[in-house]
Amino acid sequence: MSMIMVKPGLLTTVQDLGRHGSQQFGVIVGGAMDAFALRIANLLVGNDERAAGLEITMLGPEIYFAEPALISVCGGDLSPQLNDRALPLWKTVVAPEGSVLRFGRARRGCRAYLAVAGGVDAPIKMNSRSTYLRAGIGGWEGRALQKGDRLPIGAASPASRALASLLADEAQADGVAFSRWSVAPDLLPSYAANPEVRAVAGQELALFQEESAERFFADAFKVRTDSDRMGYRLSGDGDGLRLKEKRELVSSAVTFGTVQVPPDGQPIALMADRQTTGGYPKIAQVASVDLPLLAQTNLGGTVRFRRVSLQEAQRLYLVRENGIRTLRSGLERMQASGNGRV
Amino acid sequence: MKGLAENYVNYGAIEAKLLPLGDSAVTVQLGETICRQTHDRVRQLAEHLERHRFPGMIEYVPAFLSVTVYFEPFKALGGLGNRTAADWADPDSNADPTGNADPTGSTNPLGLVADWLGEQLAKLENAAQTTPRVTEIPVCYGGELGPDLPEVAEAHGLSEQEVIEIHASADYLVYMLGFAPGFAYLGGLPQRIATPRRQTPRLSIPAGTVGIAGDQTGVYPIATPGGWQLIGKTPEPLFLPDATPPTLLRAGDIVRFRPISREEFDRREAARG
Repeated sequence: MSMIMVKPGLLTTVQDLGRHGSQQFGVIVGGAMDAFALRIANLLVGNDERAAGLEITMLGPEIYFAEPALISVCGGDLSPQLNDRALPLWKTVVAPEGSVLRFGRARRGCRAYLAVAGGVDAPIKMNSRSTYLRAGIGGWEGRALQKGDRLPIGAASPASRALASLLADEAQADGVAFSRWSVAPDLLPSYAANPEVRAVAGQELALFQEESAERFFADAFKVRTDSDRMGYRLSGDGDGLRLKEKRELVSSAVTFGTVQVPPDGQPIALMADRQTTGGYPKIAQVASVDLPLLAQTNLGGTVRFRRVSLQEAQRLYLVRENGIRTLRSGLERMQASGNGRV
Repeated sequence: MKGLAENYVNYGAIEAKLLPLGDSAVTVQLGETICRQTHDRVRQLAEHLERHRFPGMIEYVPAFLSVTVYFEPFKALGGLGNRTAADWADPDSNADPTGNADPTGSTNPLGLVADWLGEQLAKLENAAQTTPRVTEIPVCYGGELGPDLPEVAEAHGLSEQEVIEIHASADYLVYMLGFAPGFAYLGGLPQRIATPRRQTPRLSIPAGTVGIAGDQTGVYPIATPGGWQLIGKTPEPLFLPDATPPTLLRAGDIVRFRPISREEFDRREAARG
């Protein structure tokens, strides 16, 4: 089983939930920018949520399925179409033999995630199938996908086969089937072109001038066009953010959503391909639950950071994880009962 | 049960402060200045964490003065707190009867992880010191492989050969890895050859190049732009994506550079294919 890249799109890469365990050796985590969307896409096709899928950025690819496939597209709405019919997001979909998946204009967000039952069977490097572009390893030959790439798909799990059989009754004349089940709307992140993102105090927030610290949590910041998977370079309207006194910090660990401020005073939010350590003062840390909102903000969009307590960030995280677990057990019950109504 | 602390707290024989890095990581800060003693503490804790894990712990990152521990809060809550996230997440539940538990308390994932880390820190006083590994890195100095060697020599009124001998005479300590896979922050460059960065950075420096920047020295593991003074190149790969661990060097190693001839460099490169 494989899928063939007819057109590669702007930047389509193989990603899973990241390369954990090697940061102590300076190896970046990488992985999906919107990990929530990839996890849900995997669950909807009966995969382990850590399976590899495709991260599709801005201008989507055209993909040919030589054999029937159980797929799901989640995350940003890049107008996916299966055999020229609009493909709804956050659903389980049967793509019959010979199907073509295309993408159109970006309606909301800028990254879509495609999961296929069985997962993309790229080689595992350091516990992950994620593409690490800068070092040229992982994913598919360490690079973005190209025209003509033929990606192998792993064997479908019993859960995937059960979901596919539940969908058999829904098949339309051309063999395409969309699930009636979907994800509870209150579980979905509220993707927006100019989102408000919740963040907690960074480890060096107290080193900033009070006026700068206040401004960080009040102003809108534009996502500059030189932003990428490593970091979102932000720029505010006013002067740069300033420290109370100039000082050099000793490098220490940084993570996804760490907002650091280099000497020019313009913040950088670190993203999936961030470095493992950094030496700029950390003004804030985006709450884990809102990382998808940041990851789906397009270049040129604006972001506002709303300060929340650590307590609140933790609570939001646990509520979201609980929701994902509920979805997973709902899908499992459905597979067991053979009843596609939820 | 000391929880998260913005100031230094005594954990047995060790002083540390435990700072949250967002909602899914805690940084254990073990000192304020780069020195051997703090480095040894960092290594001790890292080695301890290599052998002892808590439910939901993902990995740890040692740095100059700190070790940061990453975890999955849902699993940490269940494993350390014996609670399900469902009852915690509900503000009316018994898990947090006051409804306003502070994040330094032990009713939430960060607090539980901080408590666990505090217990581990208290155990470190009896930990045995390990002998560092010594890793030798062969370097072909000067020529096209180290184009800035003449400039470095001139800046210090030394001959090229003297710079090579000084650079290769020191024992360097790997304080931490970061910046790029396998990139080691080395301490111990003799002040006599410390040289400022170049005015204009180069757009691409080949993997294996050995450089000097201020009082730092190091080897670029992968091709990258950079402003260091380039004095030589090693045929040894520093980043080994197929090996475990994936790097030649590890934090805590002692590094010695050994000068080799161009012939030996070419032979070793050819042998690697």
